[in-house]
Amino acid sequence: MKGPRRDRRFAFLVLGVVPLAGCGGSQDSLAPHSHQARDIANLFWWMMGGAWIGLALVVGLLVWSYKRRKRRGFGDDVEGDKPGEKRSWYAVLGLGIAMPIVVISTLFVISDLFVIKTTQAPASTTTRLTVKVIGHQWWWEVRYPGTNAVTANELHIPVRTPVRVEVTTADVIHSFWVPELNKKVDTIPGQTNVVELDADQPGRYRGQCAEFCGLQHAHMAMYVFADEPSAFRRWLSREEKPAQSPSGGLAADGERLFLNGPCSSCHAIRGTDADGFVGPDLTHVASRTTLAAVTIPNDRDSLRNWIVDSQHVKPGNLMPNFSVSGHKLDALVAYLEGLK
Amino acid sequence: MAIATPPNPAAAERMERLELIWESRPGILGWLTTTDHKRIGLLYFWTTLALFGAGGAEALLIRTQLAQPNQHVVSPQTFDELFTMHGITMIFFFIIPMTTGAFGNYLLPLLLGARDMAFPRMNALSYWIFLASAVFIYTSLFIGKAPDAGWFNYVPLASKKYDPGHNIDFYCLGIIFNSIASTLTAGQFIVTILKSRAPGMSLNRMPLFCYAMLAASFGLLFALPSLSADTIFLFLDRNVGTHFFDPSHGGSTLLWQHLFWIFGHPEVYILIVPAFGIATSIIPAFTQRRLVAFPLVAIAELLVVFIGFGVWAHHMYTVGMPTVSMVFFAAATAMVIIPSTIQVFAWCMSFVTGLPTFRTPLLFIAGFIFMFVTGGLTGIMFVAIPFDQQVTDTYFVIAHFHYIIFGAAVFPIFGGMYYWFPKVTGKLYFERPGQISFWLIFLGTNLLFFPMHIVGLLGMTRRVYTYPSGIGWTAYNLAETIGGFVTLGGILVLLGNLAVSYFRGPPSGPDPWRGPTLEWTTSSPPPEYDFAVIPRVTSAYPNWDPADREADRLKLADGVLMLERGHEQPEVTPVDGRLARVAHMPHESPWPAVLALALALLFTMLLIDRWGTAGIMGIVCLLALVGWHMQEPEEE
Repeated sequence: MKGPRRDRRFAFLVLGVVPLAGCGGSQDSLAPHSHQARDIANLFWWMMGGAWIGLALVVGLLVWSYKRRKRRGFGDDVEGDKPGEKRSWYAVLGLGIAMPIVVISTLFVISDLFVIKTTQAPASTTTRLTVKVIGHQWWWEVRYPGTNAVTANELHIPVRTPVRVEVTTADVIHSFWVPELNKKVDTIPGQTNVVELDADQPGRYRGQCAEFCGLQHAHMAMYVFADEPSAFRRWLSREEKPAQSPSGGLAADGERLFLNGPCSSCHAIRGTDADGFVGPDLTHVASRTTLAAVTIPNDRDSLRNWIVDSQHVKPGNLMPNFSVSGHKLDALVAYLEGLK
Repeated sequence: MAIATPPNPAAAERMERLELIWESRPGILGWLTTTDHKRIGLLYFWTTLALFGAGGAEALLIRTQLAQPNQHVVSPQTFDELFTMHGITMIFFFIIPMTTGAFGNYLLPLLLGARDMAFPRMNALSYWIFLASAVFIYTSLFIGKAPDAGWFNYVPLASKKYDPGHNIDFYCLGIIFNSIASTLTAGQFIVTILKSRAPGMSLNRMPLFCYAMLAASFGLLFALPSLSADTIFLFLDRNVGTHFFDPSHGGSTLLWQHLFWIFGHPEVYILIVPAFGIATSIIPAFTQRRLVAFPLVAIAELLVVFIGFGVWAHHMYTVGMPTVSMVFFAAATAMVIIPSTIQVFAWCMSFVTGLPTFRTPLLFIAGFIFMFVTGGLTGIMFVAIPFDQQVTDTYFVIAHFHYIIFGAAVFPIFGGMYYWFPKVTGKLYFERPGQISFWLIFLGTNLLFFPMHIVGLLGMTRRVYTYPSGIGWTAYNLAETIGGFVTLGGILVLLGNLAVSYFRGPPSGPDPWRGPTLEWTTSSPPPEYDFAVIPRVTSAYPNWDPADREADRLKLADGVLMLERGHEQPEVTPVDGRLARVAHMPHESPWPAVLALALALLFTMLLIDRWGTAGIMGIVCLLALVGWHMQEPEEE
């Protein structure tokens, strides 16, 4: 089979449209970056080729019927109100029964006996790392069992390494889906589902909740960062550490505000008294590239705006708007920006 | 030549007597108490058409919101209510009641050679309950409490904890309420089709339209109990404190999904099989050829619904089922394709070997075949479990099932509206605007739905109220929205054409198309008693049997088999179609409307937690039933 990139160009030629270059990241199931996603994409190209042939056959028959609209039946069989019935029966038996049996059996065997094996949930013995992902309304909690690392919405994995992702939910059904790496799995209450991620190139892959989960289902995205193994180990060891208390100044004011105010009742910061679990763990929030489940960039203006007006950015999300301003807001932002 | 004009004074007198026996009361009271299948069909038609307008408006609001990224045309809450109501409306309140309630009610007796449905008052009851359930569920939208967890309404999102308002209670009660109407329709369709045919119409001589209605009715009858159980469980979980769907108390969230899709997948075939019936009525008329492979197609129409009951879990490949279960359901999904391909090629070969005249109804059927095959081919792709797991809950799936539901169910509805317009109104529609409406709708729907395949493969998930820019989805979404409005234009041309034709169209006569089935043997519009003489039937295309029609004319002249002495219609043996007895039919009655009103009050009381008043309303329903049966006609 051809490589994925050539396939893609071919595809858009066939579909008759031009791909639009994306700059916000893509979650393109036809731009696979793992062997699982590639198998699924290749399966699709073959099926789409077959589908165009099938459609051409039917359209051909309809066009043919238009061209011969003044002619009944076939050959000598033109009388009565069932002209050409015998040959039509052969056509129905051949095209309507025999052909689909052959085509669909082939598809069934290839996809459901072979390709399905490559996308299946891996046994824990065949993977070198397990990550737990917990769906929340409307963000993703990410844990690395065996370490203290807890983060949100940005999942780091080592590249070229099979990673076992165990997905569960804290509330309703969500669906964990990073299309460039693998199929999706739902998070079902009371049940753990598993999917394997095995990126073959370093990079950032966008994913999104695929099962309707309420008001902000649209803003429940995530990034998967596939890092070189050494970079991944560095990231994980930093992520494991508790937060460092600011030594003074604005950020220290911010820490006091955070711990004594409403923030800590919902958010945890390891190494402090803040141990809320409704919202994301903020221990290393400044090391993340986005906020609010990949809704806004993680920069100073967005963060300020999020604290005072999150209900405008992501209406209905579980964090209320806080009426802080001036020094207090500056202090909070300075503290959070320091949580690298 | 149809039997529209009486051949002699004696026949004229007998027809007058029939007229007196069968006519409805005048004025609005006549409509409220009617049991005439044609009137009930028209009531269904106008109601479902209005609801189609509502569902379409919801769809266009959704498309307007999604035309560009990060828009704020509607709020997230409104968006959720819109897509939920769009799904509920189109499935429960438009397509099923339009194909069965409107087309089925109006046409079944006319195609079967009967004078009414087997249970005319039950039929009236189904309409009034349907109307009440539509009013009930649309009330929720106007008080801002519309269902907002999708038409699939998954728990725990739909549980009291995550959706504490009355939104989901409206859903549960509205769906149960609506199911009563569908069950009544399905039950009496089955009896009508099996018992109320013209003598001589053995099963192998029954038009394919009736096979389609039979298949859809059996489907409804067996699928709806699962949905009713599901919605009752959820209503109890929400209001009484049971734990059917709560895993922390030993319930199961997947139970909801299984019960829902045990109903939900057969439902898809229930939606499209009546449309197949419309197609198999139009194709013979406009190709002047009996449909190719009649027995195979009849069996396929029944099989598609039967196998459709074994495929439900293919909606659930991502919930973490064991592989062996998934493979079983994939195999069933593969099998259900065969009856569909049989029908597609039988339709196509009828086009090829007949003399197709591509007037508007046949254009819609050709468009229907194109759309159905396109949607079917992407449906075949879902046999491949890994691919299904990749694209499920994306716009790819929306594209797939809109090609099926809009393309394969609604196109034949439009085609059927043109095809039977002369029969219902006695007027011909205008051909040129008819063809324009077809091309607008055909191009519009393809522009609307085809890009959804691509944007779904590019990762756009379903049920999102907005999406980010810079991810490659914007142009496709804009194209889809434009396609939506082109489709609207086409539908407006269609409705405008039919409206103008109603007032200005030339008279059609009884049989403008040289149609094959019995409805074309009677006048347009048909008299209240449908047929002056119970017709003689010796094939599935009785209007193409001149000897039989001549025999009917002689019977009319001699007054044979006119049953003009009472409110009567013949009943036949279910398989051979031999005359079994002459049944006395019930007269018009106010009780169906009264019972439906009492039921509506009962459901309203359940909604607002007035359990005591609800109990009283239950007793009122029972009293209405007593009143109903006090009027039961005397058996001879």
